[in-house]
Amino acid sequence: MGNIIQITDLRKRYGEVAAVDGVTFAVAEGEFFGILGPNGAGKTTTLEMVEGLREPDSGEVWVLGQRAWPRNPRLLSRIGVQLQGSAFFERLTAREQIETFGALYGVDSHRSDLMLETVGLTDKAGTRVEQLSGGQAQRLSLACALVHDPEVVFLDEPTSGLDPQARRNLWDLLRDINRQGRTVVLTTHYMDEAEALCDRVAIMDNGRIIEMGPPVALVRGLDAPVRVSISSGRLDPALTAALPGVDSVEDDGVSLVLSTRTPDALLAALVEHGALDGLQVRGATLEDLFLARTGREYRA
Amino acid sequence: MTALRTLSRAMFYGFVRDRTAVFFTILFPLMFLFLFGGIFKDQSAPRPKVAEIGQVQLLDAMPAAARQQLAKALDLTQTADRASALERVRKGDLAGAVEQQGGLVTIHYSVGDQVKAATVQGVLQALVQQANVAATGAPPRFRLAGQQVEDQSLKTIQFVTPGLLGWAIATGATFGAALTLVTWRQKKILRRLRLAPVRTATVVGARVGVSMAVALIQTAIFIGIARTPYFGLQLSAWWWLSVPLVLAGTLAFLSIGLLVGAFAKTPESASAAVNLIVLPMGFLSGAFFPLDNAPGWLQAVSKVLPLRYLVDGMKNVMVRGDGPASIMAPIGLLLAFALLLSLLATRLFRWDDV
Ligand SMILES: Nc1ncnc2c1ncn2[C@@H]1O[C@H](COP(=O)(O)OP(=O)(O)OP(=O)(O)O)[C@@H](O)[C@H]1O
Ligand SMILES: [Mg+2]
Repeated sequence: MGNIIQITDLRKRYGEVAAVDGVTFAVAEGEFFGILGPNGAGKTTTLEMVEGLREPDSGEVWVLGQRAWPRNPRLLSRIGVQLQGSAFFERLTAREQIETFGALYGVDSHRSDLMLETVGLTDKAGTRVEQLSGGQAQRLSLACALVHDPEVVFLDEPTSGLDPQARRNLWDLLRDINRQGRTVVLTTHYMDEAEALCDRVAIMDNGRIIEMGPPVALVRGLDAPVRVSISSGRLDPALTAALPGVDSVEDDGVSLVLSTRTPDALLAALVEHGALDGLQVRGATLEDLFLARTGREYRA
Repeated sequence: MTALRTLSRAMFYGFVRDRTAVFFTILFPLMFLFLFGGIFKDQSAPRPKVAEIGQVQLLDAMPAAARQQLAKALDLTQTADRASALERVRKGDLAGAVEQQGGLVTIHYSVGDQVKAATVQGVLQALVQQANVAATGAPPRFRLAGQQVEDQSLKTIQFVTPGLLGWAIATGATFGAALTLVTWRQKKILRRLRLAPVRTATVVGARVGVSMAVALIQTAIFIGIARTPYFGLQLSAWWWLSVPLVLAGTLAFLSIGLLVGAFAKTPESASAAVNLIVLPMGFLSGAFFPLDNAPGWLQAVSKVLPLRYLVDGMKNVMVRGDGPASIMAPIGLLLAFALLLSLLATRLFRWDDV
């Protein structure tokens, strides 16, 4: 399996701001690749250069074996794009939107019904986009990006502004798209989304990639302590001090939080003391990774 | 479906489903047609108002037929209140007040409106002379015969229709281009189009096609309504030459819209800019009233405005009955204008807001 996308030392400045400051990565065929980062990290700018929408100041972008810049219609017909926030023709219905976008790629209008079904909007076919809910609009936008059956799909924050239920529905949809063999590149604010969906994720901050790899491996590599919390007041303070393998203890009056690198021994001891009331065990997440690398709390 | 057809459809639906756009391109100009063509339909100078104070033998003794004839020239009312009648003359509410004592007919007038004062005096003078001749018992030596000729002057509707239609087309095409460009840029559709393998010529072609279709619809509706008996528009044999004029005019105003769209950032500012350009142009180009009596500077200004050529050309072929030769120059100028501004707009074109 070759690399579908190859980006080398990509840079883009806007005046004083180095929006993208030396980004290098590759995406393999069939991979689900995520670019994760806070507001203004440079995710959209990176994606737009990969799509061929913006000219890089320097660096190279190859997609499907071709240069993305200058605008290359032959490449464009093989990639599907969902822009951040949706881009719709005004006052057209859902079906008309898909038909119109399809026609731009020379796709027959019959496909629009299939696409509506794929994203679960069949009953909204005749509804104008202005009257769709946020989640429905995002799904329609996805349908418009997929109408010409592209090999690579670029999605810029496809789930922002959705409620948890709608987000999970969309996740299922995205997994299906990837499972059908399409390479997917997505940007997101949400750590949990990256963890749930991506084979590999690049964490961006201030125009640079600070970490890249499979989410699970990244977290494991952090070697962060596991945090075990139980209800406050269940355990004698004297006993707490004697628990095995505890690095630090915090008690906020509601929960007693114990950090440990040897959770097996600690949990066994807690069972022995009969103090499992309100038990929660939390391993490290990408958020801990972000904190460790940047020294800042991650705020989406 | 081809990209061109589908994009055209998207633009056309976007237009007809936008009530505001339909109102301003079709209904609003029609309202002006009703205003100018309907209300001022039987426009002629109002008759001077004259009060008859007490008994005026000269007038009262006239036969009914003559009295009717007189009513066409003067709006006569009777009053017994001499003081108030004179006061109304002084204020200009009345053009004159007549009274008679024995053989002396006195007309009171003010020179506030000299034309009316002269009319009233002339009419009464004639009546007095007539009465004098009749009093001698001799037959009058000279007589005046009136012979009506066919009315050849342009009725209001005849010049209002081409003028307002030209203005309506100018508004529609300019708004269409400017708003499409600005909203599509703002809503990222332009960007999205750039990410599809579609040629710029296709997108522009769709816009031009839709605007031309809208302009022809405007023309059909306008001519259709003006031809109803209520307005009574008479079309000349060459009226259909207005079609190429309409198409050339659409191109010219699309180019203005493109230029506005290149500068404006929001639909609101684009609308304001278009109104600021097209509405004054309507006044300066003779779309609302003929420029024949306009001052020289206005005539000169109108010569650089594309609407002037559109309106002139349409008057020529729609109502004056001029043939193909009369639209060559207007069409040439409109196309040259379109070309020049499109080139400029292309240079200023932006895909993105920033
Ligand atoms: N067209 C532009 N002109 C000037 N500055 C820009 C432009 N686009 C982006 N920037 C700046 O570049 C930086 C990166 O922006 P970018 O949109 O790539 O961030 P992002 O990671 O996509 O953020 P978000 O999560 O909010 O979408 C920001 O500081 C932004 O202000
Ligand atoms: Mg972004």
